[in-house]
Amino acid sequence: MKPLTVNQLTVAYQRQAVLEDVSFSVPEGKLIGIIGPNGAGKSTLMKAILDLIPRVKGDISIYGKPYKQQRHLVGYVPQRGSVDWDFPTNALDVVLMGRYGHIGLWKRPRKEDVAVAMQCLEKVGMTSYAKRQISQLSGGQQQRVFLARALAQDASIYLMDEPFVGVDAATEKAIIELLNELKAKGKTVLVVHHDLQTVRDYFDWVLLLNKQVIAAGPTEEVFTYENLQKTYGGKLAFLSPQHVVR
Amino acid sequence: MDANVQWVFTSTFLLGLASGMIGSFALLKKQSLLGDAMAHAALPGVCLAFLLYKEKSLFLFFIGAALSGLLATFFIQQIVRFTRVKEDTAIGLILSVFFGIGIVLLTFINQHSQGNQSGINDFLFGKAASLVESDVKVLSAVTLTLIALIALFFKEFKLITFDPAFALGLGLPVSLLNGVLMFLIVAVVVTGLQAVGVVLMSALLITPALAARYWTEKLGWMVVLAGLFGALSGVIGTYLSMLATGMPTGPLIIVAATILFLFSFLFAPKRGLFSKAIRLHRLRYEHVLKQLYEQGRIEIKDHRYLKWLEKRGFVRKEQESWYLTEKGIKRVAGSHKNGVSQPIRRSEVSR
Repeated sequence: MKPLTVNQLTVAYQRQAVLEDVSFSVPEGKLIGIIGPNGAGKSTLMKAILDLIPRVKGDISIYGKPYKQQRHLVGYVPQRGSVDWDFPTNALDVVLMGRYGHIGLWKRPRKEDVAVAMQCLEKVGMTSYAKRQISQLSGGQQQRVFLARALAQDASIYLMDEPFVGVDAATEKAIIELLNELKAKGKTVLVVHHDLQTVRDYFDWVLLLNKQVIAAGPTEEVFTYENLQKTYGGKLAFLSPQHVVR
Repeated sequence: MDANVQWVFTSTFLLGLASGMIGSFALLKKQSLLGDAMAHAALPGVCLAFLLYKEKSLFLFFIGAALSGLLATFFIQQIVRFTRVKEDTAIGLILSVFFGIGIVLLTFINQHSQGNQSGINDFLFGKAASLVESDVKVLSAVTLTLIALIALFFKEFKLITFDPAFALGLGLPVSLLNGVLMFLIVAVVVTGLQAVGVVLMSALLITPALAARYWTEKLGWMVVLAGLFGALSGVIGTYLSMLATGMPTGPLIIVAATILFLFSFLFAPKRGLFSKAIRLHRLRYEHVLKQLYEQGRIEIKDHRYLKWLEKRGFVRKEQESWYLTEKGIKRVAGSHKNGVSQPIRRSEVSR
């Protein structure tokens, strides 16, 4: 059973199609990169999978069942800029939000939820920042808190929207180690990614997207110069392809 | 205190409490303007209710205000959805149109149906003195419901305010919870109209919450503090309005709330203006001391921070040059050793 299957998905903003007839399914237990130029609909794809935006047509299934029934299996790391970091709360509290689905409506977080949240903070190397107000965290630390929150969800599939944007090399390394750890546990991780140079190092599988699916499959088969040309149009010349595709 | 005065104080206390608490969420959701639109849009509803039934009934006013408030919200949402007009512009537009219609109706009532006796004029700037026992009952019910709902769904309200997309992903009923929050805001605005008035009601939502934000980094405390600030403003404003006849309550409540806000803005620890200025000052003199430690001496005629440090015995001046004193050297070396340094205290002033 495939962890995620997207079938003929079409999404439009103000009558302009952003995604057209997107169909693919991903294998279990892989790190999957979603690659494409600005405006290719990468973030839109994630939001459509998560039912955050209306779709014109198409359906999504998670392990063979509609997303609505399988919500608890999907963890989400939104773009860091999508929230107001001056919100009055601390890092531990944000990570605890990942447990809300497990805790249930109106109930208070239990001791074990706090323990899980602390473990997740430890996994991203943020234990000593648990009580820190979130506006006092650096960009990389905020990204780690978001990752810890997704870990606290204890999902089977993770969708991450540009987790590497605006973080330093140390944080990038910590994140990729964490992703590999998730993979080793059999989790499926989809990542919207921009840096073409690291694609081969990071991902087992890629989805090349530009409003439509250009190609999808194992990195060594699909991440080719021809496919990148198709994805990026003529712009790829600026990206020095010899570095990208070894 | 006679019974009516007690009702009045109880009402404005509860009203301030409720609007401060719910206002915290409105503020953090960046929906401050929406509360303002609600309050202004309620005016035509109140006037129409009066014109239709020819009597002053809080219950009918409530229905009228709620209906026209919701209608205004609906228009705002549709404008944002179907045009390129942004939300703040849409709010500004709808708010003034509804308020304009309300003023026309109010003028009409005043000229045609002994409006002065209807007390409907008080809806503009509020008149707490007109509140009676039944109003207190309504306010108590609203406040208790609000406190119960916030206590019950605190973590859900927190999440939909901080990160609604993530809340949706978790499968929380986000639109329902948003609806509950919106309903509570409308309920508070509408019940507050009689005491505070349509013009200033939104200030009672936002100002106490804004003041509370200066004192805490925790949402729970912010909600509690905002409630207390609101309640305090309500009571102080009401008291002031009773000192002279004909004083409107609304503006005085808002003046009280604004004073609380200004005090917080200036004197709150950490986020307050003075505390920030002190931190900046300390950073600067620490920097001067460090520079002097590294360079041995600084040749400069007069310098604000050097003079300040001289007064406290950390530096001395010889001819045109400044040097660290024993005490100054110890201080820089000490602060380097510990990593953290203690601020220089008033008691260290040598003279």
